[in-house]
Amino acid sequence: MGDILSNYNVLGAFWVTIQLSVLAAIGSLLIGTVVAIMRVSPVAVLRGLGTAYVNIIRNTPLTLLMVFSVLGLSLLLGLQISEQASTNAYWWAVIMLSVYHAAFVCEALRSGVNTIPAGQAEAARSIGLTFAQSLREVLLPQAFRGAIAPLGSTLIALIKNTTVAALILGATEAAGTLSKITENEGAQLPIFFLFALGFVLLTLPLGVLFTSMSQRLAVKR
Amino acid sequence: MSTQTVLFDAPGPKARARHRILTIVGAILAVGVLYLAVAKLADRGQLTGAKWSPFADPAAWTEYLLPGLWGTIKAALLSVLFAGIFGIIFGMGRLSQVKAIRWFCGAVVEFFRAVPVYMMMVFAYYGWFARTPSIPADIAPLLAVVLALTLYNGSVIAELVRSGVFGLPAGQREAGLSIGLTDGQTLRTIQLPQALKAMLPALVGQLVVVLKDSALGTAITYPELLTWSKTLGSAYSNTVPAYLFAALMFIALNYALTKVASLIQERLSRAGTQAGPVTTAAPTLVQGAGAPGVPTTAGARHVRHGVERGIERVEERLEDFRERPNDKD
Repeated sequence: MGDILSNYNVLGAFWVTIQLSVLAAIGSLLIGTVVAIMRVSPVAVLRGLGTAYVNIIRNTPLTLLMVFSVLGLSLLLGLQISEQASTNAYWWAVIMLSVYHAAFVCEALRSGVNTIPAGQAEAARSIGLTFAQSLREVLLPQAFRGAIAPLGSTLIALIKNTTVAALILGATEAAGTLSKITENEGAQLPIFFLFALGFVLLTLPLGVLFTSMSQRLAVKR
Repeated sequence: MSTQTVLFDAPGPKARARHRILTIVGAILAVGVLYLAVAKLADRGQLTGAKWSPFADPAAWTEYLLPGLWGTIKAALLSVLFAGIFGIIFGMGRLSQVKAIRWFCGAVVEFFRAVPVYMMMVFAYYGWFARTPSIPADIAPLLAVVLALTLYNGSVIAELVRSGVFGLPAGQREAGLSIGLTDGQTLRTIQLPQALKAMLPALVGQLVVVLKDSALGTAITYPELLTWSKTLGSAYSNTVPAYLFAALMFIALNYALTKVASLIQERLSRAGTQAGPVTTAAPTLVQGAGAPGVPTTAGARHVRHGVERGIERVEERLEDFRERPNDKD
């Protein structure tokens, strides 16, 4: 096992996985927040746009987005981020991961808003808080607390979904490296478990953190 | 719509003016994005008739799209079937009275939920199925796709079974035990049937996840919709339209399934069959290819469902109440 691993840059591959996860997490949080604001806004057109985004992106396989980004958008439509093919694929992977998971971030935030009983807003308004005050003091704190758990599962899903980027990144990323090792060396269960352990190490602490946070910050009703 | 009543007051004249401006901004944004996309496509010659006419050609359907669709559906249905069996077995295992069984099933479920589907798929294919001479070359990719999807989604369903049983009122189990059923009998004949029925919408929702993830099969040359669309793209030299069309088919299929899931949900809650929040893992289910490596039970509980159902019940009672005097007349 050791001599096989020495031929491949496993740590480097996991480093790329972590990079993709962090960049896409930031990107999806930004896009997702904007879409969520649109989806809960009182303006029908914006709401429609947000809903369309979520329905389209959520029902498209991430695999298709990845493949299309390089084969379709870059090669045929000339939307290249970088002259270098590997850099181009890297940033397209980040963009597509962000775009895809933004739909789920939006739904997580919206479900946070949905956990607030209407009575909270009514009570805030009836004690004389303005719209901005009731949003700041009463509604948003509750919404964010309600959204912690689904946001956590979205982040974990995102980390696991970075493996789909192997389709366009090849062996620079963890799952692509495993794929290459398996192709060259045959089924090596210890190596599979090593890679699996890598993902467990990346996701398990986050899962524990988000679960405990959502419990600690849960709104008592 | 419920969000609006929470977040916003009924708009006054100033707010209405602001909304009008935002409406215009939104419309311009939508039209602008659409225009940019169409302009780019037209600029690159992707909107010509020759690029899109293949979709009106019966041969394109019978030779590429329908086999692709069948490949996707075949993989999804097989996976969901096996995942259901896997999920019920391991979900019951996690509820077992025997500590060893509970621990073993828990470890298996948590492991397969934490490992990316893509990794299992490429490992099973390149490591085993593609190397085994006794497996025909055209079956090997299907086996790998179904195996990977079964292990992952089966684990998610096992979690669903567990949380579905936990979501039932404690009285159900107590009643079963008090009429002399054993723990196993209570689980099988009383708790599980109710939990499964309540899980139905979530199960259909899981089908969406499976359907989307089956597209990963393209990485191991499994002939599904994405793979066939690529082939169609090179055959008619219309790669971009082929991908767009494939996306359209995926979206239509998954959207229809989502609708079916919410219809079932509505039916169930109208029938008032189950108690309390049922599909505790629901937020994870819609996540697409992923779910967390830890139980989502606590935080992910859909308070909303409980609230809505409560409100519905009150409304139903009110209706009954209103109708009653008429009956007497």
